[in-house]
Order: sequence, then structure tokens, then C-alpha cells
Amino acid sequence: MTWTRTVRQWLQTEIPYEDLLPDELPAYVDSYVYLFGVLTLSAFVLLVASGIWLAMAGPQWWHVSGVGHFVNSIHFWSVQAFFFFMVLHLWAQFFMAAWRHGRGANWVTGVLLFVVSILAAFTGFLSQQNFDSQWIALQGKDAFNGLGVGSFFNLLNFGQMYGFHVVVLPLVLALLIAVHIFLVRSKGVVTPIEPEARPQKGDEPR
Amino acid sequence: MSQRSGQQYAGYRMIESDLIKELTWALLAMTVLVLLLAALFSSPDDPTFTAQEVAVREPALLVHTALDALDGQGAIASYGPPYNHGTGQLQALGPLSPQRWAGVTIPVNAAQVFVLGPLERMVPLDPALASPLARLRSAPASTRARWESAYAAALPHARMAGERIVVPTAAAGPLPALMNAYLALARTGALESIINLNGRVYQTDFTRALLLLQGQPLQSVAAQAHLLGNEWGMMKEPGNYPGAVWLWFYTLLYQIPPYSTSSAGDLMVGLTVGIVTLILALVPWIPGLRDIPYLVPVYRIIWRRHYAETSQPPPSAHGHDG
Repeated sequence: MTWTRTVRQWLQTEIPYEDLLPDELPAYVDSYVYLFGVLTLSAFVLLVASGIWLAMAGPQWWHVSGVGHFVNSIHFWSVQAFFFFMVLHLWAQFFMAAWRHGRGANWVTGVLLFVVSILAAFTGFLSQQNFDSQWIALQGKDAFNGLGVGSFFNLLNFGQMYGFHVVVLPLVLALLIAVHIFLVRSKGVVTPIEPEARPQKGDEPR
Repeated sequence: MSQRSGQQYAGYRMIESDLIKELTWALLAMTVLVLLLAALFSSPDDPTFTAQEVAVREPALLVHTALDALDGQGAIASYGPPYNHGTGQLQALGPLSPQRWAGVTIPVNAAQVFVLGPLERMVPLDPALASPLARLRSAPASTRARWESAYAAALPHARMAGERIVVPTAAAGPLPALMNAYLALARTGALESIINLNGRVYQTDFTRALLLLQGQPLQSVAAQAHLLGNEWGMMKEPGNYPGAVWLWFYTLLYQIPPYSTSSAGDLMVGLTVGIVTLILALVPWIPGLRDIPYLVPVYRIIWRRHYAETSQPPPSAHGHDG
């Protein structure tokens, strides 16, 4: 058995080709609640697109250019939309107990995405090179210093924060999103909780 | 649909789905929404707060900041790790002190970095500075402390004579000359750049320059904008823009005791947020927490059409829930 064949067979078992992009889904997913995830993903696409534009022009550009400021505004409002829909998605999944029937890893990757997104947004605020960055860096440093990580993650070191914001954290986010979507497609959408139900055997997230 | 999905959804009515179309429309809708918001509301961009600004608007405050750095009483001079061995901001919960364990890794000698170093670099341009600087350096610690003390006591009664600050004391040794030179340097707008000089052309780490105004100068500006930590500052943006609302829990902790009153508040907040995040990640495995969705039946609203369609008990094939 070659490594390639092993991976292919694992993929075929975990996510059959038809399940990667299914054209049939249970009728119970026909609800606006199921749009929160895809809207979060859409906001992420806009974040990456506007972020690439800002990065290509350099971190000073948006302070001196009208177009740059507009692209920054797109980035700014995409962040707000990203978190707005992500939190709605998170609460919706919570109230659907969407971790049932072996979907514990979906929930954990979702929470990880939330945490990494907060760090990504935080480093974004620190990369703005304006009063906001200055104030947040000086206020926030005490928490990181208190936890003993201030020298490894120095909020006042623009180069480090910018690197985290434009390379490290977006890559981690993209990877986590890929795993999250893979798990969603692999496990399928969770079935509705039947009324009057209580958690019982078979519900375990594993 | 794969055989596996067929089994999983057995008993549920299936409908046609078009994920690619859904994603495309969602992306289009999001693009329109964000473009509208960007066009209508723009985004905040207040310029950085500089030593030049303080030197012009509140020269006595900048002198006070410099004096604090010199006598070791400033926010950074007495901070502690990772900048120095002070204890002003050293946080510990009993024996637990990651800050102390991490040690001094970004050394900042406030007097040298913020005041004496920049003034020494000015000597070739202003040779008259050499003498007061040498006098300060060669003075015994007790004499220097006496000068600093006399200058600090008289500073509240200072007045401006043109661009010079006149502090009514004759017992401050070389400090009046040094402080006026410092003000003049700050007024040029070059102070932060000089503090940050590293012997290389390229520079991306502004730690030292940013630390200069830590304390009263920046606090007073932030207070005017209601951005202080005890005013939910960490989740606010300047002006009327939405800030990092997602930091609400983290920011909330800073508003309530014991976090708001403890000298180890940051450490306590960090540990609490870490523990709560871990609990959130493990909700599916925590009895009680994972039962909440069953007790607060929001799911009945989400799947109301499904329940309306299937008033009969579900088939046993997928009856794990009931």
C-alpha cells in the first residue's frame, strides 16, 4: 500500500466525492440560520481580498491616499461583518447542539477559529500605525507581559505584529476554515433535535 | 448523494441544493453590504500621539515625564519584566508569576533610553549641552536625587518664557538646562526617531519610542476619548465607530472586582479568559453545559418547519434524540 493510495482511500471514505459538493440536502436545512456560516466565509473572502490590496500598497498607503482609506474601510467593515456572522453562527450551532453524533471536532475547530480570528483582528488593530494602534499596544501589553509572553509576542513591535497579521494568522485561519468545512461536509449536517429530547447515548460528540 | 449520506439522512425529506450558487450570492450580498458601509461610514484613522504634540501643548507634562524617567519613578522606569527589574507592574498570584519567570528580555533603562541617550546624540549639534550632561553623570547619586527632588517640587510652579520652561528653583543643578534642551528636541518632532535609533537604516520595532509616552501623557488623551481600560476601552474605537465588540468578555472582567482592584488584574483576566475559552471548546463534553440547548429550545424555532411537517414520531433509524 503506497502513501498516496492510503490518503486517497481515506479521503474516499471520509468524504466521498458526491458529499464534497452535494446537490441534495435534507429539507430541514432550508432556513436562514444555515446562511450564517457561508456569510462568515464571504466576509473572510472580502477580508483577504482587501487585505492583499492593503499589503501590496504597504502599511503607510492608506493614511495618505483616498483610495487607500476606502480599501481600509472595506477591510474594517468586513471585520465587523465577519465577527457579526461568526458569532451568530456560533450561537446557532450551540442552540442546535450541532456537536451531536460525532461532530465534536467541528465544534472545537469552530472555537479555535473564533480564538484565532480574535488574535488576527487584534494584530490588525496593532498594524494600523495610528493612535488606535498606539493606545491598544500600550494598554494591551500589560496583559501579555503579566502572562509572561510579552517578549515573545511584543505588541509594540510593529514588524512582528504586521507579520502575524498579514501572513501567520491568515494562513492559520485559512487552514482551520478548510478543516472546519471538510468536517462539515464529511460528517454532513446534524439532524434536528427531536422535541422533548434529552442528551443520551448516541449523542456523544466523540 | 453518497451511500453513506443516504443512510444518514434516511427518513428525512431531501431537497435540491446548490451550494456554489449560495456561496456566490452570499459573496455578492456581502460585497454590496460592505461597500455600502465603507462608503457611508468610512473608517477611523486618528494620527499617532507624539512627544512633539506634548512639548507644544503641555511642555510641563513632557518635562515631568522626562524627570520621572530620570529619577526612576516613571511608569516604565519602575515597570519590571520584560523591560527592567522594577516591581511597579510586576504581577503575581502567590507563587505564580509568569512575568517574573520570563525575566528581562527587552531591556529598557528609562533614564538612558528616553532622556540621556537622546540628549547625548544632540551634543555635536549643541555643544553647550556637554557640560550639564557631564555634571549630571558625574554627580553622586544623593546629589542627583536632591536636584531631581528640587526640580520636581518646583515644576508645578513653572512658567513658559517663549519656548523655554522656567522652573523657580536654584537647587536643581544642571536639570533646567537639560530639560529645556529636551523640550527643544521634542519640539522638532525627532525625539521618537532618536529614541528608536538602532544603528541601522531599517526599523520595524517601535517598542522604545512607544513606551516613552506610556503613563500620564497618553492616559490623559485616552481619558478624553473615553478609551481607558475601566471605561471598556479595549473594545472601543475612537469616535463613533464600532470597535472590537468580540472582546466584550475580556473587557468586562476589567470592570469588576477582583480584576479591577487587584495588582495582578491582567494576570487574573488572562487566566480567566484562558479557562473560559477552554470550557467553551469542551462544551460538547461537559454535562450541564451541553444540555442547555435542550433546556432553552431555540432549536424549535430554527427547525420549526421540520417539526410542522413531521408531527409524527421520527423513524427509529434516526431516533437517537428522542
